[in-house]
Amino acid sequence: MAVWYSLLLVLGMSLFVYLGAGLLGLQAIFGIVVPYAAILVFLIGFSMRILGWARSPVPFRIPTTAGQQKSLGWIKPSKVDSPYTTWGVVGRMAMEVLLFRSLFRNTKAELTEGKLAYGSSKWLWLFGILFHYTFLTIVIRHLRFFTEPVPFFVQALDRVDGMLQIGSPVIYQTDVILVAALLFLLIRRLVNPQMRYLSLPADYFPLFLILGIALTGIMMRYFAVFKVDLLSVKVLAMGLATFNPTIPEGIGVMFYIHLFLFSALLAYFPFSKLMHLGGVFLSPTRNLPNDSRMARHVNPWNAPVKVHTYEHYEDDFREKMIEADLPVEKQA
Amino acid sequence: MYNAGKIIPGLLIFLGLVTFPFWSNLGRAYDVPELVMPEAEEECVLAGDWMRANHMILLDDWRDLAVRDNKRLFTNDAGKRFDMSLTKTCLSSQCHANKDTFCDRCHDALAITPNCWDCHVVPTIGEE
Ligand code: HEC
Ligand code: HEC
Ligand code: HEM
Repeated sequence: MAVWYSLLLVLGMSLFVYLGAGLLGLQAIFGIVVPYAAILVFLIGFSMRILGWARSPVPFRIPTTAGQQKSLGWIKPSKVDSPYTTWGVVGRMAMEVLLFRSLFRNTKAELTEGKLAYGSSKWLWLFGILFHYTFLTIVIRHLRFFTEPVPFFVQALDRVDGMLQIGSPVIYQTDVILVAALLFLLIRRLVNPQMRYLSLPADYFPLFLILGIALTGIMMRYFAVFKVDLLSVKVLAMGLATFNPTIPEGIGVMFYIHLFLFSALLAYFPFSKLMHLGGVFLSPTRNLPNDSRMARHVNPWNAPVKVHTYEHYEDDFREKMIEADLPVEKQA
Repeated sequence: MYNAGKIIPGLLIFLGLVTFPFWSNLGRAYDVPELVMPEAEEECVLAGDWMRANHMILLDDWRDLAVRDNKRLFTNDAGKRFDMSLTKTCLSSQCHANKDTFCDRCHDALAITPNCWDCHVVPTIGEE
């Protein structure tokens, strides 16, 4: 159900744009209003989510440790996997964000000959990281539509990405890898009954949405029927970027579908699990040093408790205690 | 708010990165590069609109036909015949004789760098 629901939603949106921008000629809505609105929702929504998280206290040290804690001098501590300094945490976060280190440790539990056994399982890590890096490359390459002159790093990336020089226009490796990785991530949820049971529309929808963006882009680039005039696309994109929006004549509807799905992704982003983009930096299980034995951590929202120590008690009643011959710590 | 000293700068850096297209273009307007069209000829090999988006597919077909099948004559819808040649037809003195003001202006705007001219000759203009 969840799968079909998500797929239908993405197809429905595409059809909606086909009707709106293709048949009714509402290009100004799909080319100007929707993208600007989506960008606003994204920027404000993203900031609100981060500030919301920043307001939540983290009362305990809860780093997940994956190595020896700092302890006696002759026991070798694991500086990065159980970090106890700021640089240790920085190293750990960098490896988490750039290399998906914790996912690399992913294991799979299986019953073999009646016994539970854990085995290494790296496919999710591999396709996960392929997906993220190809996506990033494609987004950076797209800057050619939003910059004039096109910066050096965008041109260089474009050339490296097309270095196999297959066909004309040349095939970008990232396009092939992105689609393969997305299909893996999708099929992974479908073939395994447990995964399927756990998957919700919120899991399938982003996959279909990004797949939709990728496939419309690919159709626009490689298939003659769907090709669009890129110079006009650049005029539209630069119009958006310079706050001087225009709708050039004759950009094919495939472009508007691509742009609309992208806008949908932007607007959906702050409200979805995709917020892990910001959230990963705020995960207390990763970004706290494991130093509870070295420093005292006080719960930040501890209510101030009024304490009355024995010393105070004695101060209050010292004379009376001496009169009654009770022992006191401090003489009057 | 907790750890505002780290989270706020982080958020600002992120917002700065994602709004790059907007602030890097502040105060600028985009001028569409002007493409110099051939004077001697009215029509392109195929319809102009189609060529704008699809010329690389046509060139690819031509290349394959010429190099692999030794077919070097192309007849368009109107029955007109062309030599299937990058330099001798597209860039001929009748048509896009000046690659700089036509092909390159559009390609540069979009960071497209075809490698064709590593091998193929670009006709020189202004010399006989
Ligand atoms: C490695 C060198 C090389 C590169 C790069 C190259 N070509 Fe060629 N091309 C040739 C050779 C050699 C021929 C054969 C010439 C002949 O038989 O007349 C040829 C023939 C052609 C022909 C048909 C004959 C003619 O006179 O034009 C076309 C069209 C063509 N190439 C297009 C392209 C395009 C478009 C590109 C860029 C995407 C390109 N070529 C890149 C070497 C190259
Ligand atoms: C109106 C803009 C425009 C003009 C003018 C133009 N091109 Fe292109 N050209 C493009 C675009 C856009 C692409 C890339 C297509 C894509 O990414 O889908 C392209 C791609 C190409 C490619 C394939 C590039 C690759 O990556 O393999 C060749 C070859 C090419 N053009 C040749 C020419 C020649 C030769 C001329 C001049 C006679 C020319 N183009 C003029 C827009 C233009
Ligand atoms: C998350 C954002 C986006 C993703 C993942 C994405 C993905 C893709 C992919 C995979 C392609 C195939 C060719 C290539 O890799 O360059 C493509 C092409 C294209 N995209 Fe996007 N896209 C995104 C946003 C946008 C936006 C905002 C625009 C508006 C300007 C846009 C306009 C285009 C155009 C015009 C093409 C055709 C390029 C060509 O023919 O060479 N895309 N896109």
